[in-house]
Amino acid sequence: MDSLLNSSRPSVFCPGCSHEQVLHALDQALTSMMLTGEEVVIVSDIGCSGLFDTFFNTHAFHGLHGRALTYATGIKMARPDLKVIVTMGDGGLGIGGAHVLSTCRRNIDLTLLVLNNFNYGMTGGQCSSTTPQDALVGSGFLNKLEKPLDICQVAAAAGACYVSRTSTYDKGLVEGLKRAIVFDGFSLLDIWGICPGRYTRRNKLTPKSIEADMAKLPDLGDYKTRNARAEYGQAYRQESAKLQPAAEPVRIEATCTSPEQGRREVVVLGSAGQRIITAGELLCLAGASAGCHAAQKSDYPITVMRGHSVSEIILSDIEIEYTGIENPSVVIALAPEGVSRRKKMLADLSPKALVIKAFGIELPISPASVIEIDFKAEKIKPQDWALVALAVLAKQNKVLTMDMLKAALKLRFRKAEYETAISMIEKVAALQLP
Amino acid sequence: MGLTLMEGNEAIGWGAMAAGCNFFAGYPITPATTIYNTMLKLLPPKGGICLQGEDEIASIGFCLGAAMSGMKTMTATSGPGISLYSEQISFAIGSEIPIVIVDVQRLGPSTGSATKGADGDIQFLQWGNSGGLPVIVLAPVDVKDCYVLTMQAFNLAERYRCPVFLASNKEVSMTRETIDLDRLDPPQIEERRTADADHPFVPFGVNDEQLTPDFLAIGGQRLVRQTSSTHGMDGHITTDPEQIARMQERLDAKLKKSVSAFTYYDEYGVTGADTLVIAYGVTARAAMTAVKKMQHGNAKASLLILKTLWPVPEEFIREQAAPYKRVVMAEMNLGQYVREIQRLLTGKKIDFIGQMNGELIKPGQIQEVIQNG
Repeated sequence: MDSLLNSSRPSVFCPGCSHEQVLHALDQALTSMMLTGEEVVIVSDIGCSGLFDTFFNTHAFHGLHGRALTYATGIKMARPDLKVIVTMGDGGLGIGGAHVLSTCRRNIDLTLLVLNNFNYGMTGGQCSSTTPQDALVGSGFLNKLEKPLDICQVAAAAGACYVSRTSTYDKGLVEGLKRAIVFDGFSLLDIWGICPGRYTRRNKLTPKSIEADMAKLPDLGDYKTRNARAEYGQAYRQESAKLQPAAEPVRIEATCTSPEQGRREVVVLGSAGQRIITAGELLCLAGASAGCHAAQKSDYPITVMRGHSVSEIILSDIEIEYTGIENPSVVIALAPEGVSRRKKMLADLSPKALVIKAFGIELPISPASVIEIDFKAEKIKPQDWALVALAVLAKQNKVLTMDMLKAALKLRFRKAEYETAISMIEKVAALQLP
Repeated sequence: MGLTLMEGNEAIGWGAMAAGCNFFAGYPITPATTIYNTMLKLLPPKGGICLQGEDEIASIGFCLGAAMSGMKTMTATSGPGISLYSEQISFAIGSEIPIVIVDVQRLGPSTGSATKGADGDIQFLQWGNSGGLPVIVLAPVDVKDCYVLTMQAFNLAERYRCPVFLASNKEVSMTRETIDLDRLDPPQIEERRTADADHPFVPFGVNDEQLTPDFLAIGGQRLVRQTSSTHGMDGHITTDPEQIARMQERLDAKLKKSVSAFTYYDEYGVTGADTLVIAYGVTARAAMTAVKKMQHGNAKASLLILKTLWPVPEEFIREQAAPYKRVVMAEMNLGQYVREIQRLLTGKKIDFIGQMNGELIKPGQIQEVIQNG
């Protein structure tokens, strides 16, 4: 088969550059595998290895420094039938380290060729993540202070299924490339070579020294057995096939009649675990079941099971514009954590406002009327207080009716939860409240 | 028939699905996470792909690779993530990769307040790329816009082969609202124009009149080249100043010249008003309440709600403002889009109200400025 190299764009590497050998070895590997340019995508990183895609008659994607594996992942997920080959230097390895680790963990069918020449060739020979500590490079003394990375050990530890060390002097390079490309999963080839333009001007590297240095590196042990598993894309498609399509968004029929017109603002103040947000949602659903527009905003800390929980609900027979609370007609106060977040609002309540509060909750002085419920005395658990407060509100025909609340429970809960909730609010209906 | 209770972020997800999105990648971040949750629920069962990247850079990188392979992609984040996207955004602009990017803005700077809203990224979205070329930014006001503007965003990304931002806000995205899904006015779905099979494919080739190159996906029978480097029409690096200038001028013109085709807005005209309030995003809702409350009083004002923020619809804004002596700009930052208004409306008195404290601007605050300047 003919070469996949682009005859109208001959390579432009520095004389003696080891990248040239990788270029021809890769071409030989691809052609001997009978791959056509249309079946191959070369995704190249930044630096001298970033020139690779321009020398081939294949699909080509050249992007930002260190990010080649991210594009390659997107391409491979979109087109699992393509052979996706990534060329990256030891520079890309360092800056894109997180992507290298994650690609190993994913085991997506890409082949990463690390063109490892121990320095940043294009920018003047600065140290990279693989520069030996005793090398003389363009970063002054800095490389003496940092330990070079053996990407093969790292990749094996990160879950890669195919990792191999080789060099441009290795007679088996073409075969090594083929094995990596054929492998059904993520394969990483660490290819050592020389950078005559920068690195070997001040540092001696010979085929023998490369072989000797490589031999000193620890064996990768049984990583293949340890890491063996399905290829990511195949596993992804298998898992996806088991899933049921999501249900269409529920359309809430207006089956109830709202007891009030206009804009009604309700604020529920509580603490984590009191199902404050659920109560807010129930109120919105209750509103919608009477054909009202509804909006709900919630305020809670980023942690769960601790701290305040506040829900602000607006119901209105016309579309809701401003979503902030200006003049609440009802406040449900169930825990000091929530109350402390809205002290100013509570002090400013109008005489028309109604507060439903748990026994013992202290509120700022205001002209609002107050209903106090001793939930503990009624043996109601804290996670049910908000629902019970809604039922108390419904019993007064304020903001919502009992029918609206029941409609909301039906929309929100499954059968068992629904029945428990219904029996709870029916008990409330029988309660003698002050 | 009937209302649906839905969070803004969920509506963005459903809108994306309605627009034909088949690839999403994101990294969890409040207040954008529920977009990712929604896409994870909606996409894989339908044969689409939803990925969680190791970081924001990877997430948008996945999207760019998939977009060049023919998929309709979206990612979503907030301020800290948009900052990390920056380099990839520049790539998508310069190399003409369609992608929808949702920025659910939260109070900055930096990690700021994860659960507080703001519109603090409005200039950043336009200028947070290297090279300074135009981008499209749409700003939803409510849950309905979250659905419909997301669809528009996909269409524009396809039509112009560019990143399109949806500049949401925690106050729009994480507010649950009722929406009548059966009474929306969704746009026709658009697909990117593919290259003619009869001619050799030139990845960034355009004829004289054309501002957006025809597309072919990576992996087809004709070879595709994509590159972040300064390139000629063939997708190879060029150093020729003439070719470079042509490309840059085309990228500049393709959105600026077309903005009238995608200037989305709402308005509320009040007879006898000599003041025009201009607002966008969640603040437009307070502004609507404010102008309605004042429409029968002495100090009347009309309202213009901008939903296309970038490129600045300059002619449109000038025309809309022409009948008014004074403009009041309200936005949830300390003065960002007002800079554009000041630049355009040099002959008018411009009053500004902005706020960066994590709270909504109240209708009363806007009324106060309408009344007293």
